[in-house]
Amino acid sequence: MSNEPLGGLATAPQAAIGRPIADVVAASLKSRYASERRFRLYGLAAISFAVLCLAVILFTIIRTAIPAFTQTMINLDVTLYPQEIDPEGTRDPETLSRADYQRLLRDAMDDLFPEVTSRAERRALFAMLSPGATYFVRQLVIDDPSLIGQRVRVQVPLSDDFDQLAKGRIRADTAEAERRVSDKQIEWFERLRSRGMIETAFNRTLFSAGDSRSPELAGVWGSVVGSFWTMLITMVLAFPLAVGAAIYLEEFAPKNRFTEIIEVNINNLAAVPSIVFGLLGLAVFISFFGLPRSTPLVGGLVLALMTLPTIIIASRAAIKAVPPSIREAALGVGASKVQSVFHFVTPLAMPGMLTGSIIGAAQALGETAPLLMVGMVAFIVDIPGGPLDPATVMPVQIYIWSDAPERAFIERSSAAICILLGFLVCMNLIAVVLRRQFERKW
Amino acid sequence: MSAIDAETVRATAMPKSDAATVNRSNVPAFVAEGVNVYYGSKQALKDVAIDINRNQVTALIGPSGCGKSTFLRCLNRMNDIIDICRVTGNILLDGQDIYDKQLDVVQLRARVGMVFQKPNPFPKSIYENVAYGPRIHGLARSKAELDEVVQTSLERAGLWKEVSDRLNQPGTGLSGGQQQRLCIARAIAVQPEVILMDEPCSALDPIATAKIEELIDELRQNFTIVIVTHSMQQAARVSQRTGFFHLGVLVETGDTEQIFTNPHDKRTQDYITGRFG
Repeated sequence: MSNEPLGGLATAPQAAIGRPIADVVAASLKSRYASERRFRLYGLAAISFAVLCLAVILFTIIRTAIPAFTQTMINLDVTLYPQEIDPEGTRDPETLSRADYQRLLRDAMDDLFPEVTSRAERRALFAMLSPGATYFVRQLVIDDPSLIGQRVRVQVPLSDDFDQLAKGRIRADTAEAERRVSDKQIEWFERLRSRGMIETAFNRTLFSAGDSRSPELAGVWGSVVGSFWTMLITMVLAFPLAVGAAIYLEEFAPKNRFTEIIEVNINNLAAVPSIVFGLLGLAVFISFFGLPRSTPLVGGLVLALMTLPTIIIASRAAIKAVPPSIREAALGVGASKVQSVFHFVTPLAMPGMLTGSIIGAAQALGETAPLLMVGMVAFIVDIPGGPLDPATVMPVQIYIWSDAPERAFIERSSAAICILLGFLVCMNLIAVVLRRQFERKW
Repeated sequence: MSAIDAETVRATAMPKSDAATVNRSNVPAFVAEGVNVYYGSKQALKDVAIDINRNQVTALIGPSGCGKSTFLRCLNRMNDIIDICRVTGNILLDGQDIYDKQLDVVQLRARVGMVFQKPNPFPKSIYENVAYGPRIHGLARSKAELDEVVQTSLERAGLWKEVSDRLNQPGTGLSGGQQQRLCIARAIAVQPEVILMDEPCSALDPIATAKIEELIDELRQNFTIVIVTHSMQQAARVSQRTGFFHLGVLVETGDTEQIFTNPHDKRTQDYITGRFG
């Protein structure tokens, strides 16, 4: 940089250090811009890294999950012998549902491989079918009793090991002792495949069934419904209570030592480990009040306690953000305190309150630990019909599946994670839409 | 809270005059005596005494932080919403102490309307902005009556012609000057006796300011107006009486002409001649 005064400015102002101010500023510019560039670079690097990590996680989960959305099925020709199903010909639904369909399936499998005669081999052959295959046949007969006596083609799921074999997860080239299917069974499987009887179908069970010990019969619907009831209880309790508490504390409560202590404690509650809320729920709701364990009612109560501080804090922040001018305007025309709060402050704070609530709900939806304490970790096959039925929730279902020994549960865990993530994304979208809806131009 | 404190600390409460015996046209709307205001331990107003005449515009002038807005906000007890604020002394509206426990603050604010420094229309439609006050006070018995109140108020605020075809659009969509006139219409709609204006033109351009000033002059026929302003020219233009505040003290009150041409106090003279402030 030149120390000479600038062309037109004969008497350029001098800085204390004796050089023209313009030069001093110019000299410092380089390092100032460099630091700005550095900071931008750090930010960009951090965000890229975060996006990359997220992409890797999502990619891994989705890749693992994809096979779970299909299920290997076998098309079997089953003869529905009337003497087996309904020997008296009453067509009574009770009789139809009690009949021994397993026998029919056994016969159908034996027909395919007449050379298999030994008891042990026949058992191994039948083990290729899912234990739930009988339900498929039973449902078919109950839906249409006129089929009895005919030879019908039914599509039933293969058991999880053969599903995994078809998907290449169990490899034929590993030693026989180290895999769950025998050489003989692989041979049968290949023969069935070459006859075109093996088919890959969309795994509807995954979306319609409750939990099961057999992966091919297990679905997330039971836990989705359980999550729904739990969330309903949680939000119905937490939202009005939390918003009411926030409005009272922010607008009506006197500011003194006591309310200060309450405020500190609400903030602390938000940081209490969730399992502590579970223990509290176990001690208070189940032991003391005797509410039924494993139910969405108790789970919802516990999660409501856990969500309360989150919503209160968000709602108070939203109320604080309402400009004081609007309160003054309302009071200025003679509105009472309650009128100014409920006609103006609350509607204006509503977007923030809703956002906080949905964040709280999303947090509750993904919560596992406290629900383990109130027994929602039980193995529940039935779809819960209400908040008083035993149920489990999605994250707990994922936890149960990820703990299961069957290989096919690995992909189902990932699939359940994808579905849970889908719900969370939907909830966040709802939050965005609601915020847009309620947001008023200020 | 502060109102109760004010009640207990007040040494000599004025005996309440019988409203029926007061001849309203000759008696000042507000009579303030010995008003002290404290924010915590800091005293913001010291022993203020002033009469506010009916159907006149009273301007309160003074440098920033002199307490003129604080005093204005005492007149409709807007200071109540500040927790640490404490008011002592007497402020009588029609002879009735407004800090009396028996006087309802909501009722007071219906009688003493307010227009704020920054236009603050409600985030509602233009119609709703004006209709809100009459509605909560139950001043209109039917929709038609309410419509009439809204129209009259907007007309008196000089806004009707500009907004009559878009009453359902948000009040926040108007220009700054229109918003401030909407706020005036909102205050008028409740039919108060007094309208307090806290620097109503400080956020407006000169043309909008001129319109508001014109409006203030018209409103004087029906309302008692107290206006706080930074602009001495504005005080001179719109007011009949002027009070000069300095450092929490009401230095001088008098007819506007006298204050601006022949101030009695040295501080007033220094201020209006631009030596400080």
